[in-house]
Amino acid sequence: MIVVKDIWKTFGGKSVLNGLSLEIPRGETLVIMGRSGCGKSVLLKIITGLIAADAGEIWFDSTEISRLKAKELNAIRQKIGMLFQSAALFDSMTVAENIAFMLDQHTKLTQAEMRKVVDEKLSLVDLEGVQELRPAELSGGMRKRVGLARALAFNPEVILYDEPTTGLDPVTCNEINQLIRDLHEKLQVTSVVVTHDMHSAFSVATRMAMIHEGKQIAYGAPDEILNNDDPILQQFILFGAPDQILNMENPVLQEFIGRQDRGAHGELAL
Amino acid sequence: MNHHFPTDERSGGFRILLKSRLHNTLSEIGKAWTLFFQTLVQIFRPPLQLELLTKQLLLVGFNSLSVVLVSGFFTGMVLGVQGYIQLKPFAVEGSVARFVCVSVVKELGPMITAFVLAGRIGASITAELSTMKVTEQIDALEVMGTNPVKYLVVPRFLACAIMLPTLTIFSTFAGIAGGFIAVVSLFDVNGHFFLLEVQRNLFVASVLVSLIKATSFGMAIAAVGCYKGFSISAAGGAEGVGTATTGSAVISLIAILVLDFVLNHILFNILGWV
Repeated sequence: MIVVKDIWKTFGGKSVLNGLSLEIPRGETLVIMGRSGCGKSVLLKIITGLIAADAGEIWFDSTEISRLKAKELNAIRQKIGMLFQSAALFDSMTVAENIAFMLDQHTKLTQAEMRKVVDEKLSLVDLEGVQELRPAELSGGMRKRVGLARALAFNPEVILYDEPTTGLDPVTCNEINQLIRDLHEKLQVTSVVVTHDMHSAFSVATRMAMIHEGKQIAYGAPDEILNNDDPILQQFILFGAPDQILNMENPVLQEFIGRQDRGAHGELAL
Repeated sequence: MNHHFPTDERSGGFRILLKSRLHNTLSEIGKAWTLFFQTLVQIFRPPLQLELLTKQLLLVGFNSLSVVLVSGFFTGMVLGVQGYIQLKPFAVEGSVARFVCVSVVKELGPMITAFVLAGRIGASITAELSTMKVTEQIDALEVMGTNPVKYLVVPRFLACAIMLPTLTIFSTFAGIAGGFIAVVSLFDVNGHFFLLEVQRNLFVASVLVSLIKATSFGMAIAAVGCYKGFSISAAGGAEGVGTATTGSAVISLIAILVLDFVLNHILFNILGWV
């Protein structure tokens, strides 16, 4: 569905993506993990055309989109919904106007038809009766839900989630994770979730990829990721993933746990 | 603690700093012009976005009317008082009406209106757009297939370009009225004579100059305001918004003064308008 081929990106002399390649298969929920600043969010911005890569290709089905003209790129963008880290709701508009924005801009639907779509998308994200509220009147979790409803308004084929659980309390995080799973099942959309929250990652992923220093270092189903022997990946999982899903038989993980125990007794610090 | 650098090293460092500043300034000017031309292109592309334009026209025009009227009125009063005092020793105090009229129409009407709008509207455009940038709202617009220049810049640009000359007309009338009231009430000048002198010195060309200047100032205020709003990095945060807003007001004021000189030179010196 989306193929990222050998993407390079530098900001002010600092290399962020160093030949990153990645496949996002249709119908899957791919979680992209990595430490802060490893280029996860930059990758989403490159996929959506918000920033241009220095080199490399982005394929959306059979179209290479990184060098498309604005009009053609906008046609592709209409197939993509994005939930921003901060939800990025328009402050000056009501919830209903936010959700209907794309319909208002790109279709000739009547006000009544748009209102129907708004109600339908809000019920998909388990929110009702907030149509006339302003974003400032919503809680963090509600803002994310409205952001998601807005992303769904144009019935996208792909939904991109940029750090969907960042800044939320554990209960709301769990609700958002459940929502991502439900939407994947109900709508059969392709989802890309960028996160460093391992609870969220293992909760929603059908596939996972790990980015480190601007390159992909691991890719596979959640089980394969747990059994992967890359030490950087295992360290990431050990410190972030829930204990019950860790594969304690993994020798790399055992080595980390051993080093951590010795560190706790003052012999060796990680 | 004082550091003593060899002269060569110091001048080398200064040269590098100067070069980098110059490079940044030229790069900023280049980007601002790019945004300006993108805006001009987008103005002529459908849709017209009348609803957005009307909203901005009201925001820029109606909400600024009272402050523009008050500023114009008092500027006219000051001109009247100063003009009378300066002209009286030469026994030409009767020309005070001409002095007020020509100054307000050609120079101070558009200038005062532009200054008020640069502080009021230009800064508010920058604050609004930079906040949208920091909170990823401009990215959201783009991802949803909406051109931010068309959606955000064009209505603000047109509103400033339309409302600045409109407000200048009000400010000019207020200025002449201020001069009239000050001179007639404080000095021994006949009101009817003052109005006749104004009428005699109010040329179509002068009004045209005033409107050309006002339109140019309006475009400059909107272009600087929008550029400064867009140029902030998403990581700039609240501090970045504050810096951009202050920068916008300062640059707008300087741009107005520079533009005023250039237009005066072109219109009066090169084209020879009266």
